[in-house]
Amino acid sequence: MKILVITEHRQGKWNNTSFETLAAAQQIAKDTSSAVSGLVIGKGVAGLANELAAKNVAEVLLVEHDLLEAYTPDGYCVALSQVISSAKPDLVLFPHTYQVRDFAPKLAAMLGKGMIGDCVGYRNEGGKLIFVRQMFQGKTAADVTFQGAAPWFASFQAGAFRSDLVAAHPSGKVPVNSVSVELKAEQVRTKPLDLFKEAKSAVDLTQAPLIVAIGRGIKAPENIPQAEALAKALGGEIAASRPICDEGWLPMERQIGSSGQTVAPKLYLALGISGAIQHVVGMKGARTIVAINKDQNAPIFEIADYGVVGDIFEIMPALTEALEKAK
Amino acid sequence: MNIIVCIKQVPAKDAPLSIAGNWIRESDIGFEMNEPDSYALEEALRLKEKHGGEVIALSMGPERVKQTIKEALAKGADRGIHIADDNFAQLDPLGSAKSLAAAIQQQKHDLVLTGLQSDDKGFGQTGVLLASLLDVPHATIIMAIEVDGQKMKLKRELEAGWFQHIECPLPAVLTIQSGINKVRYATLKGIMAAKKKEITTIARESLGVSVEPTQRVEKIYVPTKTKKTEFLTGTPKEVAGKLVEKLKFEARVI
Repeated sequence: MKILVITEHRQGKWNNTSFETLAAAQQIAKDTSSAVSGLVIGKGVAGLANELAAKNVAEVLLVEHDLLEAYTPDGYCVALSQVISSAKPDLVLFPHTYQVRDFAPKLAAMLGKGMIGDCVGYRNEGGKLIFVRQMFQGKTAADVTFQGAAPWFASFQAGAFRSDLVAAHPSGKVPVNSVSVELKAEQVRTKPLDLFKEAKSAVDLTQAPLIVAIGRGIKAPENIPQAEALAKALGGEIAASRPICDEGWLPMERQIGSSGQTVAPKLYLALGISGAIQHVVGMKGARTIVAINKDQNAPIFEIADYGVVGDIFEIMPALTEALEKAK
Repeated sequence: MNIIVCIKQVPAKDAPLSIAGNWIRESDIGFEMNEPDSYALEEALRLKEKHGGEVIALSMGPERVKQTIKEALAKGADRGIHIADDNFAQLDPLGSAKSLAAAIQQQKHDLVLTGLQSDDKGFGQTGVLLASLLDVPHATIIMAIEVDGQKMKLKRELEAGWFQHIECPLPAVLTIQSGINKVRYATLKGIMAAKKKEITTIARESLGVSVEPTQRVEKIYVPTKTKKTEFLTGTPKEVAGKLVEKLKFEARVI
């Protein structure tokens, strides 16, 4: 089998999840006696391609074009569909980034194929690859298989594989092969403009050692002071899952998750947070995770060190008091 | 400006799920509008209020999804289209998108909106696939839309707090990020008005699209735990005391 890994970079820097996906590809290759190639797409990205060539891959494909300098879904799809048609990989793997979500399903559809997105792992059952992904916001896992002929397309969730396990090339470097593509300006219908961050956030949650985070279970904005009192007793920062910030109950800058901040504090206390994957990717690196939730099947308990199944409105004040006493 | 909003009906957020093979037992639970799609609907209603035109709520699934279409009509959508398919849960993302695209092509439209992903399967592919099948440009995870004649200026969310402005011509498909707006509730007047609004039902087979699967969900199951969780039990006071002890002397984080 031929496996092709589509890497990602922005402004000359790697998106590290590219290497997580490369690690996944190398593991699948080992399991299935396959060969892995890497692909770098853009303009002026030969340096990145050279870096990739030092990894344990069969070759690196370098796809460059003036119209690929800035990412556009049209540009990437037109270019990559040509490369895939000529290189004929069996399995095309991506990191499951926002950019990949923006173009990869279309790329697969242009070739009449499907994509299994956001996988957290895979199994090889007698030569048949089974991809594992989450459904129902992480409440269930699903085994998914490809139907029909290759190429097959799949993406791996951030953190599903470890980038530090990427094997280097045993004897130096593999060749970087430039692949030319035909791309016309009128094929690129959207125009990317400025990249920006909103007003610099006043709180940097990444530096907070102790975090108290609230989710939908908090129910109403008037209940937030209870959680704030708990955070104060703990000496920690208050944070939230996306729905709370969407409602405007806490400012966006206090949001943890894929669209907010990614944190790895000493302690993460999750109150009434179900543990949807978009939240979990932002906090699963915490050293100790405590989850309090009324639903014993909430996926947050899968990653919690300590769990309490109960009513947060009873436990918050009791815990605040116990923390005050323990000072 | 005519806008079609693709809305999915999904199991209610707090519904207890009981697994049956590669799907869930539907008879046991309640259903609701997929939350990201409710933001897409709201955005469509706001665009209509500003630029005129009509909003069509499009949904696929068994008879029960009509309830979700009615909810959209009560909030202000002008009419609904129901693609009837009792076996909708078994379609893969490409099969769903092909069916939706076929129904969309029958309608005059300038813009197609949908939520960025569904809360049940969560593939997050429908909008992007629709753009490919309808051969129009697209942008995803959108946080702001400004329409200026035949083009739009969009604010697209990237990861880790970054955003990007994008210029996109019409017609187009956009997927909407949750939190782009504040979703309205249906008013009593809206609910009454919805009773007079039209819902057209189309049998999915009559659309004549091939939904040959490209992928198949073999089974779903409760995920295996990666961490051993120590559950603390007792009265709230006891639990609080135990937890402080654990955090202080076992985890040593406070």
